[in-house]
Amino acid sequence: MTDNSIAIPPAQSQLGAVWNQFRVHRGAVFGLIVLGILVTFVVFGPFLWPEEKLKVSEAMKVKNQGPSLMFPLGTDQLGRDMLTRMMAAGKVSLAVGFVAMIIAIFVGTTVGVMAGYFKRLDGPLMRLTDLFLSLPLIPLLLVMVMLFRDKIASIMGPELGAFTLIVFAIGITSWMQAARIVRGEVLALKEREYVLAARSIGAPSRRIILRHILPNVVSPVMVAATLGVAEAIITESVLSFLGLGFPPDFPTWGRLLFDGLQYMQLYPERVIWPGLAISLTVLSVNYIGDGLRDALDPRIRGR
Amino acid sequence: MLTFTLRRLLLAIPTLLFISLIIFLLVDLAPGSPMSEIPLTVPPEVRQKMIAALGADQPVFVRYILWLRQFFWVEPAYLLDGWFGTDLAGDQQRILSWQSRSPVFTVIGQRIPQTLTVIGTAYLVGILIAVPIGIYSAYRQYSLFDQLGTFVAMIGFSVPTFFTGTLFIIIFAVWLGWFPTKYDTTLEVTDWASFIRQMQQMAMPVMVLGLANAAAISRYMRSSMLENMGQDYVRTARAKGMTERTVVLKHVLRNSMIPVVTVIALGIPSIFGGAIITENLFGVNGIGAALIGAIHASDLPMVQTLAFIFAVLIVGFNLIADILYGFLDPRIRYD
Repeated sequence: MTDNSIAIPPAQSQLGAVWNQFRVHRGAVFGLIVLGILVTFVVFGPFLWPEEKLKVSEAMKVKNQGPSLMFPLGTDQLGRDMLTRMMAAGKVSLAVGFVAMIIAIFVGTTVGVMAGYFKRLDGPLMRLTDLFLSLPLIPLLLVMVMLFRDKIASIMGPELGAFTLIVFAIGITSWMQAARIVRGEVLALKEREYVLAARSIGAPSRRIILRHILPNVVSPVMVAATLGVAEAIITESVLSFLGLGFPPDFPTWGRLLFDGLQYMQLYPERVIWPGLAISLTVLSVNYIGDGLRDALDPRIRGR
Repeated sequence: MLTFTLRRLLLAIPTLLFISLIIFLLVDLAPGSPMSEIPLTVPPEVRQKMIAALGADQPVFVRYILWLRQFFWVEPAYLLDGWFGTDLAGDQQRILSWQSRSPVFTVIGQRIPQTLTVIGTAYLVGILIAVPIGIYSAYRQYSLFDQLGTFVAMIGFSVPTFFTGTLFIIIFAVWLGWFPTKYDTTLEVTDWASFIRQMQQMAMPVMVLGLANAAAISRYMRSSMLENMGQDYVRTARAKGMTERTVVLKHVLRNSMIPVVTVIALGIPSIFGGAIITENLFGVNGIGAALIGAIHASDLPMVQTLAFIFAVLIVGFNLIADILYGFLDPRIRYD
């Protein structure tokens, strides 16, 4: 008797629903594919294309070469293979982006939850967030790198030192957006009945926050995190571009671009490859963030 | 409105003090201070005297207050002296650059016009491109033009200015040879030929900065227009028989401009930050280039002052944006 012509969609897990909505966003799928290719390139590339150890005398003979079978992207002014350098640099660039984002999200979520949940902390913490938002970030980052680079390099070595300093500096200057988003969400969530129920059975604030509130702010935080990766990669490459980022033997894409600038007129490809890599990464991450925002929003999902 | 403005003004003061404290402490507590640069061959008592002569043996907060006094009292006094020929400042110590031994503010005064010409033009160009695009994409939502606009804006967001800048140099300066690669600061506009040269050298930095800003502003313009397009007053206006032109360009546009104007005001400080990159890339001799030069030369007074000037710009324009919003949209003033 029942009319079965209207098919009831099969029950779906939440993750499945999110994925279905995400797939609809063409840009996001494109972003995911491009980012996947880039990550494969920097993570697995070195296994397929191992670094050739050339002696200095040999390297000097092959410097400034154009693309060839031996060096698909040519070599730089010191005879180093550009493909190897692009892979090594990409690894650092992406690592900086992810680690800085994790720091920023951690600080931002903590501040946001504290400000949203505890009324007494709300005023001071949000004031602090506003203050941080009016800091001149690029000048401050440049000053931080200039002042602390040598000191930290002498403690941790030039490579790890540069990485720690830059990741930390970017992380603690980009948590403000996440804090604001999380605070807004928490303010709304803590008035909900299930939080009241949890409190009425005597759950301590710590458990309410960890078990009941945090899982519900995951979606906006994830969107902020995705966009944060793009932001961090750009900030890092700006620092490297201005010559205040990573050392030349531990390059990032920004540093490669900076190194290529001097030879731009003769060998423009040395600037174009790293620039293209940065732009593609940021573009794809931004598209993924866009798609995630739509997919995680239950009001849009299922429309 | 007055209380609203006053409250905002009063809030700006602690913000600026806090930022100045951060900038001061960051430079002051840094390991590479000039005190550590005194050669070891200098005897300890002489070293003590040198440090005392520089005032570096005072407690931190005394030095901070003295620095603030220099920044907010002595330097404005010199500025007024310069304008009106008064003698407010007497012969008090000014903030001196370690590079050039000249007062920091003199250097900045010489650099700012370059920055303002290039950045101001770039921002204007950006707005002029963005507003019509935003209006049209909203009016024809999901049309080909809108889709293209969204895509181009996404690229504009994502491609960093230093890469668009280098691409422009490679294409327009190296391959096509239309524009010079470097900005010539000494060029003075006296006649038509020099004006053309000025336009040519400004073209690339202005386009790079302008396009980056146009991407963001056009998106704001579009979403703000879309929000207003569905409002009841628009239907009323159409029902009255007004032309599409009047409805869109008068009724909707006016209301949509409110948030966009604030976004434009809020974007001005960040464009100064972006100018650091563009100025270095194209060799524009402005304050962004001055900051990088000072950082590479460890010229701490210059760095401190410039960083603080950037902060003052941010706080100032945030304030202007706030007040503008309150002025344009009466619902915002909660007094």
